[in-house]
Amino acid sequence: MDSAIELEIPARPEYVALARLVVSSLASTRRDLTDDRVDDLKVAVSEACTNAIEAHHSADSNDSVVIRCAELDDRIEIEIEDRGRGFDPDTLPQHPPVTDPDRLNFERGLGLPLIRTLVDDVLIDSSGNGTKVTMSMRCLAVDPRAARDDDLDFDFELDLDAVMEGSDRRGAEELPS
Amino acid sequence: MELDLDVTEQNGVAVLAVKGEVDVYTAPRLREKLVELVTQGKHRIVVNLEGVEFLDSTGLGVLVGGLKRVRSHNGDLSLVCTQHRILKVFEITGLTKVFSIHDTVDAAVAE
Repeated sequence: MDSAIELEIPARPEYVALARLVVSSLASTRRDLTDDRVDDLKVAVSEACTNAIEAHHSADSNDSVVIRCAELDDRIEIEIEDRGRGFDPDTLPQHPPVTDPDRLNFERGLGLPLIRTLVDDVLIDSSGNGTKVTMSMRCLAVDPRAARDDDLDFDFELDLDAVMEGSDRRGAEELPS
Repeated sequence: MELDLDVTEQNGVAVLAVKGEVDVYTAPRLREKLVELVTQGKHRIVVNLEGVEFLDSTGLGVLVGGLKRVRSHNGDLSLVCTQHRILKVFEITGLTKVFSIHDTVDAAVAE
């Protein structure tokens, strides 16, 4: 990945907000990503960083969690890499249905389902040496003509006729009689 | 990161107003406050999320734990939330079917 930004955070809960802030600040500079999508990305990053920090805690690791953000033409890609013990994403326990009273016994395990719903693509690469979660958020194609129109969105209207008249008048005044 | 928790009482119901961001760092404080309320015998609780700027699954888990706790005392915990970005995480996880979610504190207290 050609990283635009690489951030290393200590594996401590107080740093998750910083990771969210950095990624959402980068994402919000793209005019082809709506505010709603940036909010979705913030939640996904928070979930992945929380999982990474918990993985380090379980493994008694003092390593940093690494966050990489790459801006590509059609998407933003975020990698979140930890040095925990890894897990098998296909064998995670399923929650009972929300209508089942036993559902209230499950306070955890919502992070990955949220990530999978909120971003466009998720790849989880996990082994005994750690986990790398790669999330992609596709960006809307922007019509370059529309972008040019926006760039020329002045706060005032230019009265070309008046300008031309003034120009002609000045031109006439400046001409030697 | 700030998380403000303010408890008032309305018609015998404890109203907990939450302001700020709820994540893995701040959620333990929310959990402690809910446990404290239940320990004080407050078994009808309304959590007002209108001042919440961010909430992830850690916050959801704490609210689920709070609901379980009050229900074990035949009580209830309902929510006040009209913000689309916060409601979205409840909708995705199906928790809109678990919690009563209201537009105003008055409506939640009157339930």
